[in-house]
Formats: sequence, C-alpha cells, structure tokens
Amino acid sequence: MTATAAPARLTVGIVKFASCDGCQLSLLDLEDELLDVVRKFDIVEFPEASTSRSPGPYDVLLVEGAISTEDQRREITELRSKAKTLVTIGACASYGGIQALRNWMDHDAVRAAVYAHPEYIDSLATATPVREHVKVDAELHGCPINQDQLRELLASVALGRRPQIREEAVCLDCKRRGNVCVLVASGMPCLGPVTQSGCGALCPTFGRGCYGCFGPKELANARSLADSFLVGREPADVGRLFAGFTAYAEPFRSIVTEMGGIRMDPTGPASARPARGGNA
Amino acid sequence: MHGTTGIEAPGGPRPGIDHDFNVAYITRVEGEGSLRLRVRDGGVVEARLSIFEAPRYFESLVVGRTPDEVIDIVSRICGICPVAYQMSAVHGFEHLFGVEVDPQVRALRRLLYCGEWIQSHALHIYLLHAPDFLGYPSAIAMAADHKAVVARGLAIKKVGNQILSTLGGRAIHPISVRVGGFSKVPRRDALDDLRRALDDAVAGAEETVRMVAGFDVPDYHREPKLVSLVHPTEYPYNHGRIKSSDGVDLPVDRWDDAFEEIHVEGTNALQARTHDGGVYLLGPAARMTLSPGSLHPMAAEALTRTGLADVIRTNIYWSIAARAIELLHACAEARDLIDGYRRPAEPKVAWTARPGRAAWATEAPRGLLFHRYEVDDRGFVSAAQIVPPTSQNQAAIESDLAGFAPSVLDLPHEEATLRLEQLIRSYDPCISCATHFLDLRVERST
Repeated sequence: MTATAAPARLTVGIVKFASCDGCQLSLLDLEDELLDVVRKFDIVEFPEASTSRSPGPYDVLLVEGAISTEDQRREITELRSKAKTLVTIGACASYGGIQALRNWMDHDAVRAAVYAHPEYIDSLATATPVREHVKVDAELHGCPINQDQLRELLASVALGRRPQIREEAVCLDCKRRGNVCVLVASGMPCLGPVTQSGCGALCPTFGRGCYGCFGPKELANARSLADSFLVGREPADVGRLFAGFTAYAEPFRSIVTEMGGIRMDPTGPASARPARGGNA
Repeated sequence: MHGTTGIEAPGGPRPGIDHDFNVAYITRVEGEGSLRLRVRDGGVVEARLSIFEAPRYFESLVVGRTPDEVIDIVSRICGICPVAYQMSAVHGFEHLFGVEVDPQVRALRRLLYCGEWIQSHALHIYLLHAPDFLGYPSAIAMAADHKAVVARGLAIKKVGNQILSTLGGRAIHPISVRVGGFSKVPRRDALDDLRRALDDAVAGAEETVRMVAGFDVPDYHREPKLVSLVHPTEYPYNHGRIKSSDGVDLPVDRWDDAFEEIHVEGTNALQARTHDGGVYLLGPAARMTLSPGSLHPMAAEALTRTGLADVIRTNIYWSIAARAIELLHACAEARDLIDGYRRPAEPKVAWTARPGRAAWATEAPRGLLFHRYEVDDRGFVSAAQIVPPTSQNQAAIESDLAGFAPSVLDLPHEEATLRLEQLIRSYDPCISCATHFLDLRVERST
C-alpha cells in the first residue's frame, strides 16, 4: 500500500445495438493515446475488444447503435438500470442513424425485400434513438463521432463535470478554414448552415456539400434552407438531401416527410432530371 | 447478451460421450454473433455460427437513391471496411456508365484501399487476434506485459488511418469517393508526411511477420476451395477476374454466374455457395495462394522467409500470418504509389447515368465483396444485392468448426470452447457486414 492510494477507477462498459461499429472503433483509433486512456478507466465490458466480460453495474456506459429489435428494447432498459451515467455515441444511438430511414417505409415490404422468411426476423418497424427508450445523460453526435469530442467526453467523465462541446454550425468551421462556400459559389446544396459542426467542415473542404452527419444544429432554420433548395429542384430531390444519417432528428424529419418521405417505389416522380455528376 | 461470458456448462448431453459448445456472444470480432456446436456419439450433428446483429436492410435503403448517395450509404454497412463498400459500388456504377477515370485517380483509389487494409489488418492482428496466441483476454490486458507489441500495432494502424484521412477526410466513413473520381485529390507534397510514416510502417509490418510466424497454432489442415480476384500484374484490390482454385474464371461483374445466396434448411440463413452447393473460402489466404506472383517483392520475400506459404493455404489458424504478409504488402505498395503519384488535372470526370446492371467485386480486407445494382432510366437505383465476404465465408466457418471440433473434445470444456471461438476469429468475421443474410435466430444465454 502506498501512502496516497489512487482513487478507484471508474468502471466503463461499451456496448452496441444496430450500427456499423465505427463509433466504438473511434475509441481504438485513439492509437497514440489509447493505452493512456484505458489506464484511466477500468473498461469492464467491451466485447468488440475483449473476451473479459461484466454484467455491470457500470459507472459509465457508452452506447452505440439504434434500438431496432424487441430484444434491444428490453436490453437497453436493463442496461440503463445498471449504469450510473449513460452516454450515446454517434448518429445511430443519438438519432436513429441511417437505418431510421425505414421509419418512413412499409416495414413488412422492407423485410420481404431482403429476407426469404421475413416472419423469422426479430425486428421492430422502427429504428429509434436511445433517448426514446431510456434517460440519456449525454450524447455524442456524428457519423462517426469526432475523436476530440470523445476525448472531451472521457475527460469530463473522469473529472465528474459536464462535457463542453461547442454547438455551432458547420458554416463557422468553413469560415475558420477559409473555404470558399460551395453553396454560394458553386450552387451545390449544402446542409452546413443547419448542421452541427464536429467534422471540421469536412465535405465543403473536399468540394462537396455537407450531408448532415452531426445532425441539426439547435434552432436551425432548416425549413428556410429547404425552401431555398426547392428553386430548380423537385421536392423529392430536396427530401433526399435531408434523408441521410440524421434524417430522423427534427427538424430534418419533418422536412423529409413533407417532401414526400422515403420512396421504395423508384418509378414514382422522384426527380425531373437524370442523375449526372462530375464536372458536367 | 451484453455482460455474459456466454460459456455454458454442458447440460443435456451424456457426460464423456456427447458435447455441447455454446458461445452466446463471440468477442473480439466485429458485430454480434453466437456459436452453437453439438456433438453426439463423437460425431458433430450441428455446427452453427448464428448472428443476432440486428438487421439494417441496406438493400432496401439504397432504393430510389442516386449513385453518389449510394456510395455514402453503403459505407455505413461497416465502420472497419467502409472503403470496400465504396469501391465495389463506385466501380459498378462507372462500369455501367462507361466512365474512364484518370490513371492517377485509379492509383489513388488503390492507395485508399491500402490504407483500409493497413488499419483493418493491424486492428485484427494486434487488437483482436494476437491476444489468442499470447494468452490474454484483450490487447489492453496484453499491453501490461507486451506494451511494445501493442504500441507497434497501434502505430501501424495509425498510418493506415492517416492514408484514409488524407485522401478521404476521415478514417471512418471517408467522404471523397465519387462516381468519376474523387471530390478532391491531394497535392503531391500533401503526401510527404505519409511517405515518411510509411517507412516506419513497412519496418513495423516486417516485424509483425516475424512475430506471428513464431506463434504456436493448432495443427488442423484441410484443402478448401479458394476464391478471389486475380489480376495479371497487380495484387488484387479493385480489378481483376473472379477466379477459384478449381477453375472458376469470370469477369469481375459476373459473380452470380458461378455463385448464389441460398436458403439453408432449418434456418432462415442465406449463405453464399457455388451453384452446385459448394463451400469456398475468401480472404488473405485465398488471395495469397491465387496471386503468389503479384505480391510486393518485400512481402513475397517475407513470405518465403516464413516458409508458411503451404500451411497458410491449408490451416486457417495461419490466417494471422497471411494477414501480416498482406499488411507488409499494403504498406510497401502504398509507399510505391506515393512515389509514383502526380496530381491529376481534374479530380473527377463528367458522367451521365445509363440504365442497366451496375455490378462489380473488389477485395475487402476479409475477401471478395460483390455489389449489384439495377439502375433505372433516370439514374436511380431500383434494386440492390450486396454480398459481403463474411456471408460467403460463413459456410466455410461452419464446415471448419465441424472438422476441428473432434480434436478438442478431450480438452476441458471451457478451453475447448475458447479454441472453437478462436477458430471463428481466424476468419476475421465482419458480422455487421454480413447481417443482411446470415442466420438471425436469436440464441442467448440468460
């Protein structure tokens, strides 16, 4: 025993539901810092990375993925009861993710399109964010999450304070980086004005319009932006711009619905113009 | 189930004669799956890799979307191999639309794929698989005794991620791949830091090969049918023909001429087989065996030094060595690609959609990944089929579980179960990818 015993490390669990594993991979992608970070915590449950398991309780539980099956609905409730602090990591857990597009679709038709025996599939009609099922203490956004925000989250958890994550639009990062505005200069539809930053304005920096990975910025006037996109475009074309990885987050959700929802029938009047791209 | 070891005591079977092995949650793989193996009277009566990863319905989610939107969407099938999904899709669309990309764009896509192989192989070798051979539950636990080993793995993996970030903006779900090329291509001098980092990665990969070649692996051999892309001069990534060890030879867009997804009786699994029901193996061992002459000279030399070329083909436990050789190949080739890079005049060429079948296969880190899209006359996808490598390997995994099980029956139950779980990890299964078609029967311990 040393005279100054180190404080007990917080026990951490990392679990997943419907998702691609990319956000928990972001933790392993800390690379240079990974071994230092894991020394600060006692990671007791992380099945993607460890055969050692723990049924809880957990001081902190990081949850990836959307709730999309009956089992997952039961399990998130049980996990919540074992976790002092529950944090969602990424667009799936925080907003439903790309699989939430099925919330606009006929679930039976979707299942039948993919599986020979859809009746055997344990699957809810919707894929929904964790906060629709249990209390969530903090959310990290992004598809995938941002590593700086993950570091801040871990630091704040270790210190017992609230994470300090800047809430601002992608446009501000574009200004900081000195990007030429793709929306104004090139007429590309870009969700940057109404999307939370966190990516560092990645898409505009790479010559593309933002497609909303980090979800709507608080109080964003997305409707006004959608209306401006309607000039020269069909409603379905505008709907698809918002029907991405955070489509189920309001106000994007209402815009997708108003623009006609998600079409499983591509023969419908989706667009007046053939698809094309490149420098044409 | 989260939080359970999933290792159950044998219940119903007769002691000493019958054996049941159940792993309710296979750890250190990507995604959620379980193993069930039943032995009666010394014979394996059931060997099942079940998947309870939730279905996400990607083939339906891409219907009604444009080709460039599809590239963004299918990336999200897998956080470990998003580039593979982007590559099979973009090549399929360009093939249908008659798009010829700039040779330097072609080289950059190969470099991007090298980045994915480096991070994925380093992740699997060091963080998921090596703990099996060195006797630890995780790389984090392993780092307490082998810090330099884990640090080397993380350093190599970081270089792979740097390639992805430099070309694609970020390591997970990069954003620059577009039909016709890239939304932006780097200047040559933007690759200087990478070029230097790759010198260390090449040295680290050589050390990796030496390390894994010394591992002690179970002596289990079979002669699987192997399938991969084969290219006359290149180690297979984005181009080549679909070939097998027993004479299949097809254009890259005609996977379905020889293979199909079938409904396995008694489950609702769709597994890929040959048309006559044959089981086959994809991945590093298949690629290395079918394309021995196109490995980078450094990787070919390292393979010769290990003397493992034959057992890599016949013993799946040696897949870690195959992955290490490919890690070295990807690091060395990435360096060469940067040395030969000249920035193209335009990042992408113009294109117009045409209706028809957009199909292509590329080599994901885990093996051949086939995509087929039907495109309507306005350029929207009207149907999709995505056949990930793990779905194609699933039958081979189950066949190997049945073949390997008799050799572990005399071991203590828990150790035998772990050996079987290690066999599954040897395939580097990517279960999130495979979910659209694997057995989704839920089988969990409580």
